[in-house]
Amino acid sequence: MNFIKNIFENTKPYVQKGAKYHWLHSVHDGFFTLFFVQKNTSKSGTHIHDYIDLKRTMGMVVLALVPAILMGMYNTGYQHFKAIGELASTGFFEIFLFGLLKVLPIIIVSYGVGLGIEFVFAQIRGHEIQEGFLVSGMLIPLVMPVETPLWMIAVATAFAVVIGKEVFGGTGMNIWNPALVARAFLFFAYPAQMSGIKVWVAGSQATDAITCATPLGDAASGVISYTASDAFFGLVPGSIGETSTLAILIGAVLLIVTGIGSWRIMLSTIAGGAVMGLILNAFAGSASLSEANQVFFAIPFWHHLILGGFMFGAIFMATDPVSGSQTVSGKWIYGFLIGILAVLIRVVNPAYPEGMMLAILLMNTFAPLIDHYVVQGHIKKRLKRATVSGRTA
Amino acid sequence: MSEPLFSKKNLKLLSDPLNSSNPITVQVLGICSALAVTAQLKPAVVMSISVTIVLAFANVIISLLRNTIPNRIRIIVQLVVIASLVILVDQILKAYVYDVSKQLSVFVGLIITNCIIMGRLEAFALGNRPWQSFLDGIGNGAGYAVILIIVGFFRELLGSGSVFGFQVIPDSWYITNGGFYANNGMMILPPMALITVGIIIWVQRSRNRKLIEN
Repeated sequence: MNFIKNIFENTKPYVQKGAKYHWLHSVHDGFFTLFFVQKNTSKSGTHIHDYIDLKRTMGMVVLALVPAILMGMYNTGYQHFKAIGELASTGFFEIFLFGLLKVLPIIIVSYGVGLGIEFVFAQIRGHEIQEGFLVSGMLIPLVMPVETPLWMIAVATAFAVVIGKEVFGGTGMNIWNPALVARAFLFFAYPAQMSGIKVWVAGSQATDAITCATPLGDAASGVISYTASDAFFGLVPGSIGETSTLAILIGAVLLIVTGIGSWRIMLSTIAGGAVMGLILNAFAGSASLSEANQVFFAIPFWHHLILGGFMFGAIFMATDPVSGSQTVSGKWIYGFLIGILAVLIRVVNPAYPEGMMLAILLMNTFAPLIDHYVVQGHIKKRLKRATVSGRTA
Repeated sequence: MSEPLFSKKNLKLLSDPLNSSNPITVQVLGICSALAVTAQLKPAVVMSISVTIVLAFANVIISLLRNTIPNRIRIIVQLVVIASLVILVDQILKAYVYDVSKQLSVFVGLIITNCIIMGRLEAFALGNRPWQSFLDGIGNGAGYAVILIIVGFFRELLGSGSVFGFQVIPDSWYITNGGFYANNGMMILPPMALITVGIIIWVQRSRNRKLIEN
């Protein structure tokens, strides 16, 4: 540790005010705080002081993502070898290694492009490097199909960081979750590479022989192609990090225990999805539905929670402290509506089998409105209680 | 009338709308048509020319009539002038560039309600002489055209891989032909036009800091 510390101490004179490389000072600070806790404290106003800063909060979220990442890598290999029919003859490490080599470039591109843009903006605008991208950079690869071309990942990341975040003023100011902005951008810009049957299994772009739809895509056309245990453990086709409900729940425990993710949002989102699943079940027998729709309406309500990106969105996306609701009752409303909308969109509109993305983005938009009315409601309630010398105020 | 036709003041009427008082990026007028017709360059150019012509001549006519129009009915008089000019433009487009006219569909007719035109008539033509009004109309039309052409260029290039209908990106690049490239479908959709206009506004304001409102 002393060695690293010496590097920062030795380079410090060069980036001080007036020195030659002053324009690089935010890079210096950024890397320094990555290794060491800041000694500087706020000079004015009221502040809550804690040893945990934004960088360490974000680090904890990335740590919570690790099970999903590892499981995603394994599943990438698993789906590939299953599709080419060599699953039985391939060892565990070979499968994992294949997935690792497929997923790692996507992660590197996402971080490289995103952090590069953050650095440039920090230099131009003269502020500190903001750490928000540490999480977004990991979330972006996890919500992409494994066969997405790397340049598309780069374009989407650039779009998400510049249009989704920097135009609003950077970390903490964005309206929408940047990782979902990246996914939504790709979903509408390059639909052929983001949905369908040719993108979910590594190697399917190269040969016509391998095609595989996600369980949700199948269900939308009236075919049930998964078992509940596969969907729970994550051995179904899907975006890299979203398939394994188990791995995501391990991350959820970490987020709740450390107090970083809001358990209210997680719980209410899951409740919303379950309620909507039950409502759809009630209509499953209706004769006005098409045959495919009758199958999709009838799947047990809790299957919606383990299929597709529902759980990933509920745990890691909806709980984003910047774009989500801030008030306690606001969080309940916000999460519940995400759950309801996600299941509604995915079942009723077959063009969008993954409703979670759209549901979260929509509720991100409404989160400030929800908060506004919650706060107004509190003010009204208290005004009713308050009396000034016998009269109501 | 001692002032020369192209005095410094008059030239400013032509050049200001191209930059510091651009009708789209600064006055934020005429956004609707700017988003609707810019998916390709050709309709964007035809639309720009049409708006410029209508704007210039409506300005001149209103300016000639400015001392005789009763104040209380000036809006309806302006509308009659604009509508007649738009009908003329529409007929000419139908006669000479029928396919583009079909592509532009209702948006030619909607030039009548384009806020730039009403805005310039109210703000300029009612209080200035015909020649100045004519220059102001040409200038504002050109300011509108510049933005439409920039937006149209990027939307067509990135969204369809072509410029003015000519394929620019080689066919062999496309994924369907074994390459790596795909057109950005979102550039064709109106939201991306809004974002493109937003980026132009961003670039313009960071170059010209006087335009930034507090």
